[in-house]
Amino acid sequence: MDLNKRYTPQTWPDHPETATLEGKNKFVGFWLLLAAETVTFASLFATYLALKDKGPSGMEFSASGLFELPLVFAMTMILLTSSLTSVYAMYHMKNHNFKAMQAWLGITVLLGLAFLGLEIYEFNHYVHLGFGYTNSAFSSAFYTLVGTHGAHVVFGLSWFIALMLRNAKRGLNMYNAPKFYLAALYWHFIDVVWVFIFTVVYLMGVIG
Amino acid sequence: MAHDTHDIHRSRAEFEFIKRKRATEMRGQLTSFAMMIFLTLIAFTVVAADFSNYLIVPIILLLAAIQVVLQLYNFMHMSNKGHGMMAFFMFSGIFVAFTIVLTMVTIVWW
Repeated sequence: MDLNKRYTPQTWPDHPETATLEGKNKFVGFWLLLAAETVTFASLFATYLALKDKGPSGMEFSASGLFELPLVFAMTMILLTSSLTSVYAMYHMKNHNFKAMQAWLGITVLLGLAFLGLEIYEFNHYVHLGFGYTNSAFSSAFYTLVGTHGAHVVFGLSWFIALMLRNAKRGLNMYNAPKFYLAALYWHFIDVVWVFIFTVVYLMGVIG
Repeated sequence: MAHDTHDIHRSRAEFEFIKRKRATEMRGQLTSFAMMIFLTLIAFTVVAADFSNYLIVPIILLLAAIQVVLQLYNFMHMSNKGHGMMAFFMFSGIFVAFTIVLTMVTIVWW
């Protein structure tokens, strides 16, 4: 069968992401990856919780003195909204509306970039205060946990941008529908991890 | 081949029905988004209100858990059909995650 077969909204399957064997395989494999990622982040969270406010040196910095909630609140709202805009993108994907899907993915990417900008600003601010990666066990655990999440954001954004550019002229078909769907799932998972980061690291950090 | 699929021929009525169904689902997604925003606001407010830590910590962890369930089941469609194996993967992952966190916070000290 021709991969680039054209579809219309009328002939487009209900679940294009799992309509082909290729799509089904990707779908199962990707959820397995997400389960493994859950464990990866759990080990980083556990390390952070065990080493919070601890370290042989650099004890002048503590979570309650360092973190500021307004910035974290803005980052949380931006990432949560970007999760909704990718839901909109997948809504249009299922209706076989390629242009609307690309537009919503574009908004998602912009929101993701805004989140990333704020995170870079935050880390830069801490480093200028003297709270660097090697400052204490606490600082290493903090940067590893939040930085790994930031790296996932970078990867998710690159993924979206690559898909949007590569498929710009192709339109939606059975070849790329599963790809777009999985990228959106990945983006939701990034938001899931952030929910625990703002709760465990920032909110529980501020109260000491 | 791996990309093969059956051709679908829908009547006009079927097509309109599916479109309406998707629009209804999308309104449901907006509701869960509003709930997530609301849960986030409560979490930040509880912390800003400066209650006892023994009260705040369980509340904000519970709020985070509810928000993650909304995210997984609505935004990531785990409530849809054909997600049994995915739920098994995720719950296995969450079980291991809990064990790791419990172990590290109870046996690691400085």
